[in-house]
Amino acid sequence: MTAGTPADTAGIPPDAEGGYIDGNALAGPLAELFAVDLTAATSQCAHCSNTGPVARLHVYRQAPGLVARCQQCGQVMLRLVRAPETVWLDTSGITVLSIPVGAD
Amino acid sequence: MARTAVSRRLGDRLRWRVAEVTERRAESATAVTLVLEVPEWPGHLAGQHVDIRLTAEDGYSTQRSYSIASAPDGTRLELTVQRVVEGEVSPYLVDELMPGDQLELRGPVGGWFVWQPEQEEPVLLVAGGSGLVPLMCMIRSRRAAGSRVPFRVLYSLRSPAELLYGPEIRQGTPGVDLTHIYTREAPQQSARPPGRITPDDLARHGWPPDFAPTCYVCGPTAFVEKAAAYLVLLGHDPERVRTERFGGGED
Ligand SMILES: Cc1cc2nc3c(=O)[nH]c(=O)nc-3n(C[C@H](O)[C@H](O)[C@H](O)COP(=O)(O)OP(=O)(O)OC[C@H]3O[C@@H](n4cnc5c(N)ncnc54)[C@H](O)[C@@H]3O)c2cc1C
Ligand SMILES: [Zn+2]
Repeated sequence: MTAGTPADTAGIPPDAEGGYIDGNALAGPLAELFAVDLTAATSQCAHCSNTGPVARLHVYRQAPGLVARCQQCGQVMLRLVRAPETVWLDTSGITVLSIPVGAD
Repeated sequence: MARTAVSRRLGDRLRWRVAEVTERRAESATAVTLVLEVPEWPGHLAGQHVDIRLTAEDGYSTQRSYSIASAPDGTRLELTVQRVVEGEVSPYLVDELMPGDQLELRGPVGGWFVWQPEQEEPVLLVAGGSGLVPLMCMIRSRRAAGSRVPFRVLYSLRSPAELLYGPEIRQGTPGVDLTHIYTREAPQQSARPPGRITPDDLARHGWPPDFAPTCYVCGPTAFVEKAAAYLVLLGHDPERVRTERFGGGED
């Protein structure tokens, strides 16, 4: 994955060492792509099979984007990088997402 | 369900919209409430947030998340921002943004750290500093909906000077019990010596775990880390402890 200057990454602020925020903060960046709120979805970790809401993942704001790690085993579950014209979304650390969509 | 109030039509992805600052209100020496007018605001749930985007003249842009403080009220939206020393964005929002200025925002977003008036279980709110903002939205939404669900609130702050929403909090709300935890400097009449939140504070002023409350914990990351761990230690079901970390260290 390549990205340009920090200005290209939608200005996501870097965190101080070890600091993280909750998966809740992915709500905006993901809502830019998806029509339903994915933070209330349940995700299963590809490494340890732990399941839980995306909102509970540990999100690190690291150049060049956002990295969400499993709250159980710490492995990377999702990566999101925003460039001016493209969003790279890597969900290879997630086996299943179950997404509440409400009644039709 | 209130869900319909905020759901977007399929295929309608969220875009940035322009809001105008109509009013600013100092909440403390370091925090300000910005009242925004947001055309076509779809309404929100208590606990949701917006992303704010600032763009410099040279095209550099940066974004941050801010919780919604006000109960749903048409196209009017309130955010409360605490100044983080040497921060890139918050000093600008707190000190420089004036009525008439415009802001780009995206939201409301977040569907998990939310309280809805349909919920019937008791509620525990644990706030560290500006972490009170989304929890205040829950208190205000409870009042607006006429809910009688009992709320207990533990509000940790450095000193009385940092108190947010002072007049409203002093006035109180029936059914909402609020305890202040001062970490550095307590008012004279306070029995508890200043210090960070302890499991004992949470046991004493929170709910017993067998009442099965939903607990919402919000504030700086280190604060949330600790308070959430204490709640689980005290016997609260981890599934019932919802967290919103704001980043940064403890106070
Ligand atoms: C979902 C969500 C909701 C939020 N809601 C609110 C809100 O309602 N009101 C509010 O004031 N803030 C809120 N925040 C925090 C806000 O997004 C910014 O992080 C904060 O305003 C600091 O931004 P800054 O650009 O001034 O500081 P930066 O330039 O990003 O950071 C400067 C330094 O301060 C540290 N720091 C960053 N954030 C904090 C913090 N919150 N406390 C202490 N130190 C910090 C950083 O680690 C860094 O070392 C929320 C964050 C999230 C993720
Ligand atoms: Zn895992």
